[in-house]
Amino acid sequence: MDLLDNLALGLGTALQPENVLYCLIGVVLGTAVGVLPGIGPTATIAMLLPITFSLEPVAALIMLAGIYYGAQYGGSTTAILINLPGESSAAVTAIDGHEMALKGRAGPALAAAALGSFFAGTVATVVLAVAAPPLARVALKFGPAEYFSLVVLGLLASIALARGSTLKALAMIVLGVLLGTVGQDIYTGTPRFVFGVRELYGGINFVSVAVGMFGVAEILRNLEDERTRTVVVEKVKNLWPTREDLRRMVAPVLRATGLGSALGVLPGGGHVLAAFASYSVEKRVSKRPQEFGHGAIEGVAGPESANNAAAQTSFIPLLTLGLPAHPVMALMIGAFIIQGITPGPDVITEQPELVWGLIASMWVGNVLLVMLNLPLIGVWVRMLTIPYHILFPAIIVFAAIGTFSLGFNPWHVYAIAFFGILGYVLIKCGCEPAPLLLGFVLGPLLEENLRRALIISRGDPTVFVTRPISAALLAVAVAAVALAVLPAIRRRREVVFQDELS
Amino acid sequence: MNGNRAVTDILAGLIFVAFGLAFATASLRYELGTPLRMGPGYFPLALGGILVLLGLLIVGKGLFSGAGAEGRLGSIPWRALFLIVLAVLFFGLTVRGLGLVPATAVTALLTALASYRTSLLAAVAIATGLTVLCVLIFVVALQLQLPLFGPWLPFSL
Repeated sequence: MDLLDNLALGLGTALQPENVLYCLIGVVLGTAVGVLPGIGPTATIAMLLPITFSLEPVAALIMLAGIYYGAQYGGSTTAILINLPGESSAAVTAIDGHEMALKGRAGPALAAAALGSFFAGTVATVVLAVAAPPLARVALKFGPAEYFSLVVLGLLASIALARGSTLKALAMIVLGVLLGTVGQDIYTGTPRFVFGVRELYGGINFVSVAVGMFGVAEILRNLEDERTRTVVVEKVKNLWPTREDLRRMVAPVLRATGLGSALGVLPGGGHVLAAFASYSVEKRVSKRPQEFGHGAIEGVAGPESANNAAAQTSFIPLLTLGLPAHPVMALMIGAFIIQGITPGPDVITEQPELVWGLIASMWVGNVLLVMLNLPLIGVWVRMLTIPYHILFPAIIVFAAIGTFSLGFNPWHVYAIAFFGILGYVLIKCGCEPAPLLLGFVLGPLLEENLRRALIISRGDPTVFVTRPISAALLAVAVAAVALAVLPAIRRRREVVFQDELS
Repeated sequence: MNGNRAVTDILAGLIFVAFGLAFATASLRYELGTPLRMGPGYFPLALGGILVLLGLLIVGKGLFSGAGAEGRLGSIPWRALFLIVLAVLFFGLTVRGLGLVPATAVTALLTALASYRTSLLAAVAIATGLTVLCVLIFVVALQLQLPLFGPWLPFSL
């Protein structure tokens, strides 16, 4: 069977000692940044991207992916123990997880989160392995018109699921695409918007954009209000859930795995949505809904499983279409490009070892995470005592050196400062940075396919709506925006994200 | 400022308008081409126009629809903003000339001072520690080809 052959090839690659080591480094770093508030996986991956240049492609991608899903685990640990979600999707976990901790049941809550995540991660890895090849085959038939519409869909759908003003998100996308046009024009070689600066001919580096908008801007946000963080954590005892706990976990974990796997494929932070969706589903189907909010183990196991499943399946659009579902995936695209690989439907056939190795490594990583997280919980929690005023200079310095090392170009470093200020001001104005980064990464693809499609159609713009696949993709994109704007759905969306903020 | 206006919307909108105008006017300097064969200026000009339009809509929304607490900007950490930007620019300007060690040390020092909680002495300690750490990580472990001390200094390594 193809699937088994592929998975065997993947496991063979992922289990090479060197790759296991990078996977371990990735998940340890990921857990660390998941635990630490004020630095997320996006900024971390952006900072580490330049370093991965010297690694083998497989090792680099395995490590970066490990940071991403490791952060999901780390975020839930602090959510449960000290009611401080390190990652946005862990906000739901905090509701019941922290209640359990207050009742002296932190151990079972952590175990439920870890075991649920492990199960969901394992299943989602198989989903990924099953779904990727056929999707890639479909995508191989795509012409420029279809690709253009697909990118439009990817960009617009990310608005529907993002929080905040739709209008601002749209503007952020357009600004991102525009910033992506800086540099030499692909067709004519004309340098655009470089103002005579030779160093900008290659374009603005997306590492600078990501580090500035997600790293520097976030640091400035945190420095607005410097409070002392006192962390008091009681020792976690009796880790293992009771038989009753386990029995109550099974159904939520199964439901959440399905839900998360499906939602993870959607553009725009599917894993946050998955966690919230799972929580409300569990509350609705539970025989004891009154326990939710007061330490129901279903409220921990469900969302945690859902968010981990979604974290894995969000690799599907990346590996099959070359389309990132959210900023972290956009950075993964960058990692591919640094390694000289253009992400897209060909990757899976041309670099099977890379793709299947990456997929299998996620399973390896999940095993490592369970082994690391439960016994070492005390170590992770102690990391919270690292004062922020020592942490943020380290982030800035690493970011500056790392970005500079990418081509030894000082303009990439100046760009960090520029995007730091821009990002900070825009975030203050209620604009989310994610759409801008997606627009920036996908912009060149959008322009290239638009121009190519119009050349093929001899300048006839109706080509995008007369070709059926392209028309369908555009219709879905329009529907996604309509959904985001429609008042009824808008209100519900705000309710969902309101919980997240509180 | 008037409580009925959302300062955040107005500012965000103006930023978008400014970027849109800048890109649109700059793209007029490049060949526009036709829809069949777009020149380098076509795509940015069109998008610049769209961005101006979106920006104006956001400004309009800020002017005419009431806003509560989320319409205000809140406090801005001016000292941190200034010091961090200065630190990053300093690094870019000097890393080739001064070399990794001095550039990193000064950048770390400036950044550390961005926090009100860090005294000068503590900042020096943080900067020293970070510089050692960075040399170990980037030069020793990752073998980055960068001089520790650059040509601007009387001695170089």
